[in-house]
Amino acid sequence: MSMKVKTRQVDGITILDLSGRITLGEGSVTIRDAVRDVLAKGSNKILLNLGDISYIDSSGIGELVSAFTTVKNSGGELKLLNLTKKVHDLLQITKLYTVFDVKDDEATAISSFTK
Amino acid sequence: MWTKIGVTLTFKKSTSKLPSSLLSDVDDWHTSTTRTALADSTTMRASYTLDSSLDSVNKIEQIGEQFATKAGFDEDTVPHIAMAVREAAVNAVLHGNSYDTNKHVVASFETTSDSLIIRISDQGPGLDPDKIPDPLAPENILRGSGRGIFLIKAFMDEVNFRQLHPGTELTLIKHRTPAQSGT
Repeated sequence: MSMKVKTRQVDGITILDLSGRITLGEGSVTIRDAVRDVLAKGSNKILLNLGDISYIDSSGIGELVSAFTTVKNSGGELKLLNLTKKVHDLLQITKLYTVFDVKDDEATAISSFTK
Repeated sequence: MWTKIGVTLTFKKSTSKLPSSLLSDVDDWHTSTTRTALADSTTMRASYTLDSSLDSVNKIEQIGEQFATKAGFDEDTVPHIAMAVREAAVNAVLHGNSYDTNKHVVASFETTSDSLIIRISDQGPGLDPDKIPDPLAPENILRGSGRGIFLIKAFMDEVNFRQLHPGTELTLIKHRTPAQSGT
């Protein structure tokens, strides 16, 4: 199953609801394009909802990191929401769990962005 | 295009037939496969030569997952093995062969009484494992790539590199417990 992205706005935050696999040649490019689109439209506060991500490989992890640094370098914030156990474990193993700001509740995540 | 260079399915200790799910999947990919395999999954071996494509990566991952399942690994370990196999396949297709249509990836899977052994080789310029940056180092933690070999090592019990001139062969080994091997 290839990755799908749905975009919505809540209180000035752009939420990307991702579903499917984030792997080389599938979701990686999709995430990159989606984040670029959001930044091009002038929004730089992005919440990636990974609740429906079934699988992620090292390319997908790398793409999350690249998205994080791209948004940060633009002066914005990118946070992660609703990690599955698989994604959580991979971020722990790769020591990235503390790099990302990870939330498990959407309302809390929305209110945590700098106003 | 898939090319069968040799599918050897050997089973010992029993006369029961190989689980049909694995055989049917093998048949889907190798129409000339002969169903001669008998017995349980104590020992099993298959080898495939594949194009340097993402499709091959996905199929190698699927075969790895099936072998891990048939070898008796639990539901937490099977996805880890499948991911390690996928990362090795990505390494061969992307970093080794650079998607070169004239180069192939060879993937072999072997279940012995005490281990699951996967070998994946490419025809690329070679990989020096000592020159792979540590993805956990502070200067590398925000890099957008370079975590594949690290994940392979994290999920497998042994990982060995062999230079083929040209190319690299990765051997991934996961040990089976006595309960898994049926001994």
